[in-house]
Amino acid sequence: MGLLENWINKGRLKSPWVVHFDCGSCNGCDIEVLACLTPVFDVERFGIINVGNPKHADVLLVTGTVNHRNKKVLKNIYDQMPDPKAVIAIGACGTSGGVFRECYNVVGGVDQVIPVDVYVPGCPAKPDAIIDGVVTALDVVKAKLGLGEMPKVTVID
Amino acid sequence: MPTHSEILNATPIAADAVVAQARSMFDQGYRLVTMSVVDLGDGNVDIFYHYDLNNEMTHFRLTHPKDKPVPSISPVYFAALLVENESRDHFNLQFDGLVLDFNRTLYLDEEITSTISAPFCKISTIQKKD
Amino acid sequence: MSRTIIPFGPQHPVLPEPLHLKLVVEDETIVEAIPALGYVHRGLETLASIRDYNQMVYIVERVCGICSCIHAMCYCQGLETMMNVEVPSRAKYLRVIWSELHRIHSHLLWLGLFADGFGFESLFMQFWKIRERVMDINEATAGNRVVISVNVVGGVRRDLDKTQQRWILDELDKLEKELRQLMKTMLDDYTVKKRTVGVGVLTAEQAIQLGAVGPTLRGSGVAQDARQLGYAAFDELDFEPVTSPEGDSWARSKVRFMETLQSMDIVRQAISRLPDTELAAKVPGKPTGEVVCRVEQPRGELLYYLKGNGSKNMERVRIRTPTFANIPPLLAMLPGAQLADVPIAALTIDPCISCTER
Repeated sequence: MGLLENWINKGRLKSPWVVHFDCGSCNGCDIEVLACLTPVFDVERFGIINVGNPKHADVLLVTGTVNHRNKKVLKNIYDQMPDPKAVIAIGACGTSGGVFRECYNVVGGVDQVIPVDVYVPGCPAKPDAIIDGVVTALDVVKAKLGLGEMPKVTVID
Repeated sequence: MPTHSEILNATPIAADAVVAQARSMFDQGYRLVTMSVVDLGDGNVDIFYHYDLNNEMTHFRLTHPKDKPVPSISPVYFAALLVENESRDHFNLQFDGLVLDFNRTLYLDEEITSTISAPFCKISTIQKKD
Repeated sequence: MSRTIIPFGPQHPVLPEPLHLKLVVEDETIVEAIPALGYVHRGLETLASIRDYNQMVYIVERVCGICSCIHAMCYCQGLETMMNVEVPSRAKYLRVIWSELHRIHSHLLWLGLFADGFGFESLFMQFWKIRERVMDINEATAGNRVVISVNVVGGVRRDLDKTQQRWILDELDKLEKELRQLMKTMLDDYTVKKRTVGVGVLTAEQAIQLGAVGPTLRGSGVAQDARQLGYAAFDELDFEPVTSPEGDSWARSKVRFMETLQSMDIVRQAISRLPDTELAAKVPGKPTGEVVCRVEQPRGELLYYLKGNGSKNMERVRIRTPTFANIPPLLAMLPGAQLADVPIAALTIDPCISCTER
């Protein structure tokens, strides 16, 4: 592995840029994602920056259920992101469809459309849990680069 | 005395009087709160028109066959545009004279409109298979 | 001059939510705005046929995460009217306290987003920093930060003890002090006023004709607030609707700022008068009949139409949310505006798309 590649990978893992997509969420998880960026939780101290452009991003945060109209938008955003990338499904709706899974316009969780690496449960997920999800996603990216082991599945009761 | 929650006491209204009624409410300065549609299950729907003047509400009830076009009040109240399009999506109702007709694409995409004709009607409110 | 259509959204920087407008522009001036919705539509009103009326409380809370408590309150009040249940007065006061705390956090959230909308990022951070005090109150008193689930049909599920009441009052005092420090920047600053004064003007007559509600209506000088109807304990508390006659973006931000201060005052009044009774009444039987119920959300008047048929499932739950009513006024205030002012004008109705589409 060359020196340059080493250097790029280091930057990738030290300062992940995230793009947030609201995919039919009730806003509960959205405002918690935004709360992560603001002074009390302040993820920018870890080098995590929220960007608007999927082509700049390493990690995709998806909140909410997937419905028939936004699944195309979600797929599109995922395809635009450069490799290696990680997807985090936030909240009960993102992981499985939550309370809305039986609604007629709901496809289900995010994993019905794109591969998901980390699930953050909660209705809505707390900012602490979201930050933990991003940190876990970094291990996934690391494993995808062949620099570490894939994190084990952890279930917290 | 205006109340925050009331047992609905709606004046019945005929289909051909809906627009004239809306026009007269508009001229008196009423605000259109919204319309509500309920499927009665016998081929008819109840359409409620909720108006408000200084926090006091007035309701009208139109009982109408599901397959016949309903006169649209959106030329009078522009705000009715969204709710009428929503009813088109949910109940597959037709509206006569709708100012901007999304043709059942306000909320729904083809995947739904081609499989479920009217998601909010009783006959098609079914649970998803898987 | 030739016309161009510029899509505004669904994925864009001013709002986390997928608000989509098709803007028809001539040069830089908006000629027409066409809404395109459906990115958040779930169809949760149909869940009433699968979930029973008690479970629906938790579904309607998730119409919108920001004003969840108020949705549940409206639904419960509608059912209480339908089933003729008298709610204990302590529950009424507790509902006022939690719903006003929700209004404070929603308005602070909006003020922050609005500041971000005109590019004042440090002001955004300030508002969101002081908002965390309210989130802490929610978490400490109800166990969750956003969706607090305190309402049940017949009353509330949680109580506030004396220590908690004192602590809430303390926190509100600190919050008010911090908020008043930001008042001058938000409402009097020269650069802020340059961006907001005269943008997105809506006259009082237009506002009523287009069905505007909440701060959008009151920002045009119409003193109408559903809290005047005296639901929960509002008939025993002192407050006047906040209005501002200008009808522009500045007026709407002023209304929301003043309402935040007013809500703190209402919480203080409610805590000082908290009566000592049961928390919830027994609810007999199954709902039958039709009820229309209204409450004031942070974004405006919220209407529920409920129809029960004597079974445990509701026949129809119809929700008219404030943003749904505020979109036609937005469409009317955009033509004539500059393209760069669209985010400001669109934000001033406080759009909540998950409410709108349900």
